[in-house]
This record gives sequence, C-alpha cells and structure tokens, in this order.
Amino acid sequence: MASNNVKLLGAWASPFVLRVRIALNIKSVNYEFLQETFGSKSQLLLQSNPVYKKIPVLIHADKPISESSIIVHYIDEVWASGPSILPSDPYHRATARFWATYIDDKWFPSLSGIARAQGEEARKALIQQVEEGLELLEDAFGKCSKGKAFFGGESIGFLDIAFGCFLGWLRAAEAMNGVKLIHEAKTPGLAKWAEKFTADGAVKEVLPETQRLVEFSKVLQAKMRDSIPKP
Amino acid sequence: MADEVVLLDFWPSPFGMRVRIALAEKGIKYEYKDEDLRNKSPLLLQMNPVHKKIPVLIHNGKPICESLIAVQYIDEIWNDKAPLLPSDAYQRAHARFWADYVDKKLYDYGRKIWTTKGEEQEAAKKEFLDCLKVLEGELGDKLYFGGDNLGFVDVVLIPFYSWFSVYEALGNFSTEAESPKFIAWAKRCLEIESVAKSLPDQHKVHDFVMLMRKKFGLD
Repeated sequence: MASNNVKLLGAWASPFVLRVRIALNIKSVNYEFLQETFGSKSQLLLQSNPVYKKIPVLIHADKPISESSIIVHYIDEVWASGPSILPSDPYHRATARFWATYIDDKWFPSLSGIARAQGEEARKALIQQVEEGLELLEDAFGKCSKGKAFFGGESIGFLDIAFGCFLGWLRAAEAMNGVKLIHEAKTPGLAKWAEKFTADGAVKEVLPETQRLVEFSKVLQAKMRDSIPKP
Repeated sequence: MADEVVLLDFWPSPFGMRVRIALAEKGIKYEYKDEDLRNKSPLLLQMNPVHKKIPVLIHNGKPICESLIAVQYIDEIWNDKAPLLPSDAYQRAHARFWADYVDKKLYDYGRKIWTTKGEEQEAAKKEFLDCLKVLEGELGDKLYFGGDNLGFVDVVLIPFYSWFSVYEALGNFSTEAESPKFIAWAKRCLEIESVAKSLPDQHKVHDFVMLMRKKFGLD
C-alpha cells in the first residue's frame, strides 16, 4: 500500500505519538511521518483535529483519527491480518484498557509533574506517587503476562504500548532526579519487561534517546520559567 | 451456565447510568447494588481496589471498572442484539472519540457548575454551553449520535440529562433556550425504555445535589 495513504502528524518526543508509531510498525504499515514544529501548529493539524488541535493524528485515506488509544484500536481493527494488538478475549481487553486508562489519567500526570514541581517537597511527593503507581503496575504485569515476556503475552500488545511509550521519559526523569524508578529489586518484572520492550523490533528505531529527552526537558523547563511572571 | 451479573452503583451517578442503559439495551438480568459512598462495601473495595469507585460491573465474579470500558465490554460479550458500537472501524473510532470528549469536557464543566461559585462557575457555565453546541454540531440531522438507533455516544451522554435541572438551577440558564436540538435529542432518548428506566427523576437528583451542596458549605 502506498505510504501516502497513511500519514501521521506527530513529534519525535511525544510518547502518545510513539504509541501510534509502534502500532504501525507492528502491522508493518508504511506511513509518512509529518513532524509538527515545536511551538506552532500546522494548518493540516488544525484542520484534522479541530476539537483539540493536538498530536498524534492519523490520517488514513484522508480520514483523520485523533487520540492515541483510539488510533491504536483503529490500527488494530483495520490492519486485522497483522499481529493482534488488543487481546482477543473481551475480559483481557477490558483489563488492558483499564490499566491504559489508569496510566493516562493517574500515573503519567505524576511522572510529567516531576519536572514542573515547585519545590523539593512537591517533587518528592510526585516521585513517591510514580513509585506507588509502578508497584501497582508490577502487580498488573504479573497477572497479565502470566509468566510471559509482555503484558500482551509472547509479543507486545496494547498495554505494553500504552505503558512502554513512557519509558524514554521515565529514564529521563531517573537521570534528571538521580532516582531509579523501575527497580530490579522493587519492580523486577517491569525491569525485565522494560529491557525486552525497548529492544523489540517495533520499538527500538522509534524510541527517543534518553539524553535527547533530557536536553529537550531542560528547554521546556526554561521556557516555563521564562513564562512565569516575576514578582 | 447462567451468567451472573452484578452492578455496584450509586443511583445519581451518570457513569452508573451508562452501564444500566447498556445492560437494559441487551436485555441482561442483573443484581443492582446501591453503594453508600461514605461507607463503601467490602465488595466494592475488593472489586475496585485501585480507584474504589462505582460503577463496577461484576460478570461471573470478575470485575470490570470504568464506565466506558464496561459499556464496551457489555457490547462485545452480548453481541447478539442492540449493537452500541458501529461495525465500521472508522465509525467506531469516531464514536470512541466523542464518548471520550463527553468525559474530558462535559463532565468536568458540569461538575464545576454545581461545586463552585462566582467567576469560576460563570467560566464553567460558558464552557459547558459551548460543549453542548459542539455536540449539537456532531449530532447534525441524525436522530441519535448512533444514527437511527441508540449508540455508544448516546449511552455515554444521555445520563447527564438527569443532572440538567441541577446545572440549569445553579448556572441560571435554560438549555432549551441555548441548545434546543440537544433537548430534542434528549427527549427522543428518554422515549426509549432502556434509557427511561435507567435514569432517575431530575427532581430527585436536584434535591440530592442541593443536600450535598449544603454539606460542602456551598450554599
């Protein structure tokens, strides 16, 4: 299929965009990656996602689909002949969706909050929240993987993608805060899973490098500081 | 083997109502358990240890939490009648997008209308009314968001209608005046049995919320 039939509006640093890239890779779909310039939004983006004006947006045969989880579902359903991303059992599907929602609504906001924390107390509290969340996810990993390498079993699935997309940023947070969040002792399952996930064929070429994210985070933090009115 | 279905719920919860409607649409018999949220049952704490929230659908002893996830689960398991999600992948993505929009936007602004005052409340009211207009645009000329029949977005959105007397009283507006198409859609939904029997009376919700506001010291 011609790659110009599938376009992805995104940015290299966005974990949400990464989800879509991994899903497309799993299905071996060729696509055109149109990167948005940081700080501005293209006409195509504003047209394709007028409600939120956010990336990622998948454009398939000129039809736009927004919201990363929704896009991943779409990819799984349209390219049905490729390896499955969502579990086939409805209960396992519900479980995977539950944890993906938890990660989006609760866990990731704690992680991304660390860099924006005002003061040491706030920063420590958020780090603790991230760690507590990882304990829950370690437990979920045990139940979902049932001894296999990934949440999805033998190969990476929806929940692996939903969580694994944040590994670059997680490692950046570890580097910037001098902490180990995924820990061989505290979260051994996740530690092994993270290594396998980042080495996976569908992931390794598109996962952003930790150092690059650290530098990008510093740029973001500086911009944020500059935008706060000084007393 | 007969299915055992239990719903842990709280009668005024729009999220609980979504699951009630979905189960009714599919003709599923289930046990309804109303929770006292100030004194959560051991069953609730066991079935939803992460969030400790309702609704929780329990199917043959296994919990499904989060209303959007539960409604999709119901649609997938009992797929012999009343499909809620479209069969076309793009239409499905579209329906999921709008259901997510309702959760991201409408719920939050609605909540702010009844829990805040002054400028914050005014801002929330404006955003809320803007949301209704966006949703009217999405509905277009269709009878329901699902087309000719009740669909996923209808099920996700209609429960908030039972809270409209609250929003209107506290926000000081008339939805009929601001978004008549929305009201026409809501009334069409209420003519459907599964919806009518799943939504509490608006006045009951109104009285309940006024009581809560007194408790929170908002009056």
